[in-house]
Amino acid sequence: MTILHIINKSPFEKNSLDTCLRLAKRGSAILLIEDGIYAAQKNTAVGNKLAAAAATHSLYALAPDLDARGIGKDKIIDGISLVDYDGFVQLTTETSGVQSWL
Amino acid sequence: MAVIKKFLYVNRKAPHGSIFALESLEVVLIGAAFDQDVALAFIDDGVYQLMRNQDTSGIGTKNFSATYKALGDYDISKIYVEKESLDLRGLSKDNLMPLTWEDEDDDWAEKDSIQVVSSTELAEIIDNQDVIFSF
Repeated sequence: MTILHIINKSPFEKNSLDTCLRLAKRGSAILLIEDGIYAAQKNTAVGNKLAAAAATHSLYALAPDLDARGIGKDKIIDGISLVDYDGFVQLTTETSGVQSWL
Repeated sequence: MAVIKKFLYVNRKAPHGSIFALESLEVVLIGAAFDQDVALAFIDDGVYQLMRNQDTSGIGTKNFSATYKALGDYDISKIYVEKESLDLRGLSKDNLMPLTWEDEDDDWAEKDSIQVVSSTELAEIIDNQDVIFSF
């Protein structure tokens, strides 16, 4: 079993994403929600970090939070899967625990 | 005659993760009733407030992004967006919603409110204000 890591802070404002990527074990799941989804956008100053993590972790982003912020699904880094709220719940049931990097 | 002061509202937070953006907009609109010289600056994650196509129906919050389009009706014509903040986020002016105002002195011509400015230019703008509100 594995941990679901949740990021809800903008990578441009907080270092939550950096710490998560440093401490989330290989093979664990990382879900971007709320302002965390800004990390999922291509061609930003933080984009490369997640593109690299896609090879070692399962990456997800909450689609309603992308829509709310006007981030088009075509602008998302390859390797990040979009989930809805049901998918979010599903992820919590498939993992052994949840760590929110507030 | 009342003294007209230069007001600058500085916005540095993303729109839906906290209440800052909405509260700033509310204060701007209330303040607009006082006939002051108002300008808005969008810096850091604040630039996300002006993104096109925001649809909050999926997260169950008020979609206040459309309200920015009303700023022109309140004679707010100076909306500065820092270029460095856009660049860092892979964004350009095309990603932002079009905001306009009508120039009374130019036969009500519709003009662009958003000006993308460098940090050097924005430093100058900030330095020239009488009152600054930070959000």
